[in-house]
Amino acid sequence: MRELRRLSLRFLNAVPVILLVAVLTFFLMHLLPGDPAVVIAGQDASPQAVARIRTQLGLDRPLPEQLLVWLANLARGNFGTSLALNQSVLAAVLDRLPVTLSLAAISLAITVPLGIGAGVIAGYKRNTWIDQSVMVIALLGVSLPGFWIAILSVILFSVQLKWLPSGGYVPLAQGAWPWFASLIQPAVVLALFQIGFLARMTRSAMLDVLDQDFIRAARARGVSEWSAVIKHAFRNTLIPVVTAAGIILSLLIGGSVIVEQVFALPGIGRLIVQAILARDYPLVQGTMLLLGFAFVAINLLLDIVYLLVDPRVRYE
Amino acid sequence: MPPLLEVGRLNVQFRGERGWVTAVEDASFTVAPREALGIVGESGSGKSVTALALLGLHPPGTRIGGSVRYGGADLLRLPPRAMRRIRGGDIAMVFQDPMSSLNPVLTIADQITETLRLHQGLTGAAARRRAVELLDMVRIPDAARRLDEYPHRMSGGQRQRVMIAIAIACAPKLLIADEPTTALDVTIQAQILDLLRELQERLGMSVMLISHDLGVIAEFAQRVMVMYAGRVVELAPAAALFARPLHPYTELLLRAIPPVDADVARLPTISGAIPDPEERIDGCRFRPRCPFAQASCAIEPPPLLEAGNGRLTRCPPRLAA
Repeated sequence: MRELRRLSLRFLNAVPVILLVAVLTFFLMHLLPGDPAVVIAGQDASPQAVARIRTQLGLDRPLPEQLLVWLANLARGNFGTSLALNQSVLAAVLDRLPVTLSLAAISLAITVPLGIGAGVIAGYKRNTWIDQSVMVIALLGVSLPGFWIAILSVILFSVQLKWLPSGGYVPLAQGAWPWFASLIQPAVVLALFQIGFLARMTRSAMLDVLDQDFIRAARARGVSEWSAVIKHAFRNTLIPVVTAAGIILSLLIGGSVIVEQVFALPGIGRLIVQAILARDYPLVQGTMLLLGFAFVAINLLLDIVYLLVDPRVRYE
Repeated sequence: MPPLLEVGRLNVQFRGERGWVTAVEDASFTVAPREALGIVGESGSGKSVTALALLGLHPPGTRIGGSVRYGGADLLRLPPRAMRRIRGGDIAMVFQDPMSSLNPVLTIADQITETLRLHQGLTGAAARRRAVELLDMVRIPDAARRLDEYPHRMSGGQRQRVMIAIAIACAPKLLIADEPTTALDVTIQAQILDLLRELQERLGMSVMLISHDLGVIAEFAQRVMVMYAGRVVELAPAAALFARPLHPYTELLLRAIPPVDADVARLPTISGAIPDPEERIDGCRFRPRCPFAQASCAIEPPPLLEAGNGRLTRCPPRLAA
C-alpha cells in the first residue's frame, strides 16, 4: 500500500509539471520573431489581409487571454488546429506517431541487449583488451555524427548493395518486412549512439557492484562466475541501467530530427521542425505538450520499475 | 591425527607500482580437525590475504605460491569447478562487515537456499525447511517469517548471524571467520563468539578465527599464529603463548592489552607503524620497531625456529637468551 501511495503522489506531482510545460512552451513560442499570419497569407499579401487573418486566428488578442483560451481548450481535450496543415493538432501528431514509435521500438530492441551486454562484459573484464575494445567502440558510437553514419549507410546498403530503401516509411499494415526494411537503417544509426551511452553506464555500474563485499561473499559460497556476475552483480546495477534506458526512450519518443530528415521519415521530430519554421503556434504547443505527457509517463513507468527491481526502494 | 588443512610456504604477491609486492611470505601452518586456530596481527599483516588465498578468493592479478593441502588435493591447483565445490561446502567463510556482505536485492531465503542448492541439491520446500532450521541454529527469532525479508531490514548482529547460517549450511569441515566481530557492538561481539564456539562443538568443525584483537583470540583459540608484515612470527598453543610470549612483537602486543584489575595511566604502545609492503627492510621486518633489536637482526631474515612444545618463533636472539 505504501507503494501505491508513493505512486499516486508521483502522479499528482506530474500535474504541475505538465502545466508548467504548457505555459513555458506557450511563451517561448510567442517570444520567437515571426508571424504565422504572414506565413499563411504569403509574402506579397496586403497588410489588410494579414490583419484579417490575425483576427481570425485570435492572434490580435492580448497574450494572457490567448493563453487562457488555449488552456481552457486543453482542459476539454482540444489541442487546437494546426495553422499550416488544416488538420487538428492531435490528428497531426497521431499521424506521425506510428513512424516515431516504430523507429523507437526497433532502435530500443537493438540498443538494450547490445548496450547492456557490452557494458556487463566490459565491467567484468575490466582493464583487459576486451574492456578496452568495447569502450573504444562505445566511444566511437557516441562521438561519430549520426548524419555522417546515416549517409555512409545509405551509400553502402541502398546505393551499392541495393538491399534496403534509402528513405521513406512503409506502415506495418503493408507487411512486416517492408516496414522493417524502411526502419532498420535509421534505427541502427540511432542505436549506435545509444549503445555507446548504455554500455558506458552499465560498465560503470558493474564496476561499482563487482567490488562489493557481497560479491566476494557469494563466491565464497561456491556460486559460479555466471551467477556471481549476472544474478548477484547485474541485478544490483538495474537502477542506473533502467534509468539510462528510460532516458534513451524519452529521446526516441521526441523523435530524431537529423535521422528522420536523412531517411525522409515523417516522424514527430520532423513535424516539430516544420511547425517551428511555419510559426504554427498551436501545432508546436500541442506537440510539445504531448511530448511532456510522454516524458512524465515514462518517468512514472521508471518509478514502477524501480519498485520491482530494488527492494530497498520499497521501504524508503 | 593428520591435519585437516596443511598450508606450506604460502606466498601471496600483488602487483605494486614498482613490481611485485609480497603480502604474505612463506606462511606454513596446519589446522587440525575440530581445532580453533587464531590468527592475529595488525592490519596489513597479511592475515586476511592468507585466508582469501586459501579459497582462491584473492583479487585477479595476484601471484600465489606454495601449497594448501586439503583432503589429498592442493587447493591452489584445483580447477575452478572443483574449487567451487570446496567453497561453501567443505570450507566456508564469514567476513568482517555483515552490513555489506549480504546481497541487498535478494531475500535471506534466496541467499541461504542458494548454498543448499549448490552443495546439497536441496530445492523448494526442503531447502526452505532447512533454512528455517539454520536461522534457528544461529538464534534468529521468528525464523520462518524473517526468511522472506531483505537484508536491510536486519541489524548488523542479525546479519552476521545470517552470514554464519549461510556458512554452516552445508556443515563445513572448516570455517574461516575473518574479523567476524570487528564491525559489531561489544555486547553483540560476545554473543557472536559464543555462537561460533557453540556451533563449532555441535558441528565438529575446525575454525580459523582471524582478528586484530588479542582478547577475542584468547577467548576463542586453542592455538595462535601471530603475523607481522606478511610473515608468521610466532605460533604456539594459546595458553603457552599468553603465559610466555617468545617473540618481542607478541610480547609488546600483550603488554598493550589494558589489565582488567588495575587502573593504568598510560598503556604501553608499540612505537612506529607496520612497514609499507613496498618498503625494503633487510633482516627482521620488526627490527625498526623492536626494543630488543641487535646488530645481527639486520643481517638476514630470521628463520622460523622450533622452540619446543609445538612452538615456533622467528626471533633467534631471544630464543638463545
